[in-house]
Amino acid sequence: MGKLSVNLCGIEMDNPVIPASGTFGYGYEFAELYDINCLGTFSFKGTTKDPRFGNPTPRIAECEAGMINAVGLQNPGVEKVISEELPRLARCFHKPVMANVSGFSVEDYAYTCEKLDQEAQVGWLEVNVSCPNVHGGGMSFGTSPEAAAEVTRAVKKVATKPVMIKLSPNVTDIVSIAKACEAAGADGISLINTMLGMRIDLRRRTPVIANKMGGFSGPAIFPVAVRMVYQVANAVNIPVVGMGGVSTARDVIEMMMAGATAVEVGAANLVDPFASKKIVDDLPAEMEKYRIEKLSDIIGAVK
Amino acid sequence: MKQSFFEIVKNVALTADVYKMELSGDTSAITAPGQFVNIKLEGKFLRRPISVCDCVEGLLTIIYKVVGEGTAQMAEMQAGEKLDILTGLGNGYDLSTAGEHPVLLGGGVGVPPLYMLAKQLVAQGKKVSVVLGFNKAGEVFYADEFAALGADVTVTTVDGSMGVKGFVTDALPADYTYFYTCGPEPMLKAVYKASATSGQMSFEERMGCGFGACMGCSCKTITGYKRICKEGPVMRKEEILWES
Repeated sequence: MGKLSVNLCGIEMDNPVIPASGTFGYGYEFAELYDINCLGTFSFKGTTKDPRFGNPTPRIAECEAGMINAVGLQNPGVEKVISEELPRLARCFHKPVMANVSGFSVEDYAYTCEKLDQEAQVGWLEVNVSCPNVHGGGMSFGTSPEAAAEVTRAVKKVATKPVMIKLSPNVTDIVSIAKACEAAGADGISLINTMLGMRIDLRRRTPVIANKMGGFSGPAIFPVAVRMVYQVANAVNIPVVGMGGVSTARDVIEMMMAGATAVEVGAANLVDPFASKKIVDDLPAEMEKYRIEKLSDIIGAVK
Repeated sequence: MKQSFFEIVKNVALTADVYKMELSGDTSAITAPGQFVNIKLEGKFLRRPISVCDCVEGLLTIIYKVVGEGTAQMAEMQAGEKLDILTGLGNGYDLSTAGEHPVLLGGGVGVPPLYMLAKQLVAQGKKVSVVLGFNKAGEVFYADEFAALGADVTVTTVDGSMGVKGFVTDALPADYTYFYTCGPEPMLKAVYKASATSGQMSFEERMGCGFGACMGCSCKTITGYKRICKEGPVMRKEEILWES
């Protein structure tokens, strides 16, 4: 066990750095550039029961220190993910991977999780009840404690691997939702998904994004993410994975001090394809700056 | 794909709002005309995708139009400044289907990626016709550069202030064997309708990453979903599915 290692829901990771779902595909675009086995793990593109194209374009808008996306869970569907994407992923990544799952009904979630749970390389299930870009699903399950708990129970019933529930920041009381998931059997919580945002094209007097609104991510949301990770980590007794605007090794340390056991990196990967690798490489020097011997020692150091 | 730093050698205005920038650096990842590069700018979160106009052993030429804050920032840059650029993005044009007399149709800032294509087709001994469409005479650029390659160049302007009055589709040559095009979507649709042969069209869309990771720029085609930045930006006429 190295000084960067952490244990997430019983699985030892070389380091806490995890490229976030939707910003890393199934890994192989990045594997062209560097050996992605340097990462703790990564969370692959959100998978649903059926194939999805997602929303109409344009579905990207730039913001100050961030971006809005309204992709809407484009993915080939769980059957093809298993038959085509995972074998390809296995050729470039040799560690347990995080399977990100979304759905439009409780049954959808359970179906997709049960399939992915049986895949040998899947280490964790990250259940997304927080996608802001789909109607009648996604975030609607993550905005009430009851609905989030219902999805958690259904998934736990079929899963043998650790189940993490990925929460939305677009709620009035994230702590009550996290606690409801914990009570329903969740093995961990990951947060935050994107914040609902909007941009307007002044010349055309129309929204920039075809779907009008989308998920805001990037360094601008980092303070909000740190606050929510801190609140949730102090309210539950299961591991928390922190994300939201993380771009540097320094940000990783801050997230961990707030209570995160591991940290996901999202939008930064899209601007600098080497961002996650650089964070892993920079961690030892950054730890030295703050006299951190072992990274796991600082989890929740801030009270 | 490669990430590396390029140094600006030259950055000059071609018209009131169109600029040509020459950069020196590692161009080894650029393998086909019609590919693009993605440029990081100080203070801007997302990169700017710009098509490759020309690429000769370590010298990259791009032509861009000032349309927003990012491109305005680029227009202010001076020789000697450095830029972080992702190169070798997108599929680019396939020259193997050109036949003996390909026609290249460019509209506005859709013109630049056709330059390297014309150069390579001429080098293969093809008879190359080029039709460059603009709104008016003051917006015309690169007609002489295409002619210097040995291509047969026709300029069209919407207001008739230079060349043929009308659109690129009003100046299609006789007996062409294939077409290559890049320009605004209404022009692409017009070319699609007016063309008598098969061909390839280059598309654009708002992008997140430019290298296939975010799925921001996907489109539907006859042969399935494609990412404009990865499986595109060039599509074959036969696979295009117009949505509106």
